Amino acid sequence: MNVHAREFNESARRCAADLTHRGLIQKALAGYYTKRDENQGRFQSWSGARDAAAEIKWEAINHLDRYLEEFVSRLEARGTRVFWAPDAKAARDYIVSVARRHKIRSIVKSKSMTAEEIDLNGALEKEGFEVVESDLGEYIMQLRREPPYHLVFPAMHLTRQQISDLFYEHLGSEPTDNPEDLTAIARRVMRRKYCEADMGISGANFAIAETGMISITENEGNARLTTSLPKVHVAIVGIEKVLPRLSDLALFLPMLATAGAGQALTCYNTLYGGPRQPGEPDGPEEFHVVLLDNRRTELLADAEQRDALHCIRCGACLNVCPIFKNIGGHSYGTTYQGPIGSVITPHLRGLQDWKHLPQASSLCGACTETCPVKINLHHHLLHNRRNAARAATSPLEKILWAGFALMMRRPGLYHWAARLARALQPLHGLVQGTLLDPLRAWAKTRSFPRVAQKSFRELWRERKTP
Amino acid sequence: MTNREIILSRIREGLKVAAPHPYPSAATARQSESSASPRQWLPPVGETLEEQIELFRRNADDLKAAFRVCADTNDARQFLQALAAANGWKKIGLHRGGLVEAVAPRLGLAVVNTEGGYALDDLEGCDAALTECEVLVAQTGSVLVSSGSAGGRALSVLPPHHVVLARRNQMVPDLAAALRWAQEKFKGNFPSFLSFITGPSRTGDIERILVLGAHGPKKLTLLLLP
Amino acid sequence: MGPMFPGKVKISLFIPCFVDQLYPQVGMSIVKVLERLGHTVEYPEGQTCCGQPPFNAGYWGEARAVAERQIAAFRDAETVVIASGSCGAMVKVFYPELFHNHPREKEARALAAKTFEFSDFLVNKLGVLDVGARFPGRATFHDGCHGLRELGLKKPPRQLLGQVRDLTLLEMGEAETCCGFGGTFAVKFPMISTAMGEVKCASIADTGADYVISNDSSCLMQIQGLLDRQAKSIKTLHLAEVLART
Repeated sequence: MNVHAREFNESARRCAADLTHRGLIQKALAGYYTKRDENQGRFQSWSGARDAAAEIKWEAINHLDRYLEEFVSRLEARGTRVFWAPDAKAARDYIVSVARRHKIRSIVKSKSMTAEEIDLNGALEKEGFEVVESDLGEYIMQLRREPPYHLVFPAMHLTRQQISDLFYEHLGSEPTDNPEDLTAIARRVMRRKYCEADMGISGANFAIAETGMISITENEGNARLTTSLPKVHVAIVGIEKVLPRLSDLALFLPMLATAGAGQALTCYNTLYGGPRQPGEPDGPEEFHVVLLDNRRTELLADAEQRDALHCIRCGACLNVCPIFKNIGGHSYGTTYQGPIGSVITPHLRGLQDWKHLPQASSLCGACTETCPVKINLHHHLLHNRRNAARAATSPLEKILWAGFALMMRRPGLYHWAARLARALQPLHGLVQGTLLDPLRAWAKTRSFPRVAQKSFRELWRERKTP
Repeated sequence: MTNREIILSRIREGLKVAAPHPYPSAATARQSESSASPRQWLPPVGETLEEQIELFRRNADDLKAAFRVCADTNDARQFLQALAAANGWKKIGLHRGGLVEAVAPRLGLAVVNTEGGYALDDLEGCDAALTECEVLVAQTGSVLVSSGSAGGRALSVLPPHHVVLARRNQMVPDLAAALRWAQEKFKGNFPSFLSFITGPSRTGDIERILVLGAHGPKKLTLLLLP
Repeated sequence: MGPMFPGKVKISLFIPCFVDQLYPQVGMSIVKVLERLGHTVEYPEGQTCCGQPPFNAGYWGEARAVAERQIAAFRDAETVVIASGSCGAMVKVFYPELFHNHPREKEARALAAKTFEFSDFLVNKLGVLDVGARFPGRATFHDGCHGLRELGLKKPPRQLLGQVRDLTLLEMGEAETCCGFGGTFAVKFPMISTAMGEVKCASIADTGADYVISNDSSCLMQIQGLLDRQAKSIKTLHLAEVLART
């Protein structure tokens, strides 16, 4: 077992047994389910919307070169600087070089999982730049020196008490258990940062090819402030964020809000098409868009799983995943959690190192059912398992399944083995709980049924002979 | 090879194998249908302007944005005077615009006009912002602003109370209509910033409890003029 | 649109390996119900397992080897009724994928097309809702994930249970949430599986029901295993066992 799998198991075990955590997450999501269902119900056809969204994304991803070129040419025509980043290092180095060139002193950042993916904050901090997360949840996690717990709700696993303690420790603020007061504390701190920062870094939810714009979806207003006041704006955007037309947003903005947060629409949906244009009173002097590959093209090349690139990062699959809800976001040990994380991480970070993620699923399919763009998530978990077994079979498992197949192809052998198991079961008590116990993993927490005195086949045969 | 060529060639290589299409048999027909309008799937919007205004009002209520139909600019000005007094406004931010100029001067407040540039500290000290907008969107209760129609990027998000002045004929049914309107108005020469504002700023990051007024304005007031 | 099979049907039973060995009474209950409705039931003895365990583990070659045997065992069957949502999904949904571009693809698809999960068969193919059953008691229904999402069977079990005399059917909040079995997942990640099962058991207990019914014995094994350890008196029953009672 590699280190990632080991850490995963340890964290999952701890978290799954943590009843406080379980209750917190259930409570946190209860409101989401209700509002999501309400808003999905307002659609004339949520299912029709999903079909339309799946098609649009199919069009975008399967013609990605064309749409990226269109996107970039329109951006560049209006003065935006575009950097194509083949990998994480190239993206980090570029952004650091922009910060150096402008002698940036302080950076403010809005939420970006893509930036998390390449550990951009770490790279900037190492070069001596101060980076402050402006999204409340991200700011909280930054103070805790922890990665975000969830793609969309970075701090959903924390209580207000924990947040109050955190603010008291780092900001010296008055302890309070009132969420409004806690928000106000962060708001005050952040206002100074927005006004002082000379560089703002953002992600993007969508990249519109037709008009050369990025679209950012948020509720707090922190992204708008991050991209309005500092003199340099850098947006880091995964290449798969492309949508062909501006009109596509009429479908995707409501779907992202509803699937992601149970809202009809989020508070701010903003389109950025360039740096400050002549005649505009404010806005950054320079606007950079960093397009990130970082092995997305490898996932693209896997035609069977290519639709995983349709993901709009709404987080809905996390919200319905019973595994996620019980093991928590940090157990995944990687940027993207939940079902989508388990599908794409083997592609983005290595199949053999991360195959335990697609294995840690009961394949219930709730993720696929909820995905607004109809990615075949749970089937891709199966595909990843098959790919992992093909590429490097574990000798023990290979023997196990070869033996299984051998037995199941011979009904006589199968029934003989079953009779043997039936005979041996009373002796199970001798090995129960020890390393020799074949049922150990099951029987630690669950009782195991008795092998029936007579199998169905035996009962059926008896029936025929009166 | 440049980075651009590296990435594009990876993409082209990867796309050589076709991925299954969601709707192989109806591919072209459905494509034109769905790109024509997502309207058929989204929540319905009334046909008449009155129905749309009513829908907008209901949405504004749900969003905890204040919405008021004003008889004329005098009515709007009187309402704003009362609002300013109730909230203790001393200084407001605004920009150059017909409606703003009809209402603002006689409010008797200090003013920061963002037109042509401004000092950040001045704007930061404003109690409210008064702007116009591009369109209002009935389906979602949203206001579309741009750097041109709302005095830049920061004016409508930095001060803690945002007031929007709009005319009835700026109401459009839905997001699709708003986006199409923007495409027709700007004809490719878009402002660098366009934003759909849907209610006052908010967060759910603390135990998923809704709190209004995160980083953007805590209050949003929308005044509809004839 | 009327039932697919308006007349009497010759049914071949597909009994999953764990039903054969651990819950044979489920298979006998299905026989009882189908014969009560006047149909002929036969049981091809060459069958063993649908091949889902190696398939889920990613060992598709071995899964195909097992599945080929099943396909052969049912070659002459006209209509196949299967006692489990998860094995039903394996045959109907995954056999076509498993045998894609394989010499046996046509046969695999043929078996998939003529196989039906038990409640699906009764309601959607025979057009029957009332099978003449009586079962006094308060019960809740657990939706096995494969039956629910791969086969789309939310309604049929509830429609059938709705006709069972003296039965009170209560809905639990987490009816559609996975019980945590997931095949080898239950032993590869037992702590996660157990946590998921606990959530399910809590939701069952919240209804005040004395019984939990499902159309998947593997789910019931997981749920009963946990209920026993919790010393709860709630009993698990397969849908077929309830419908067989008169």
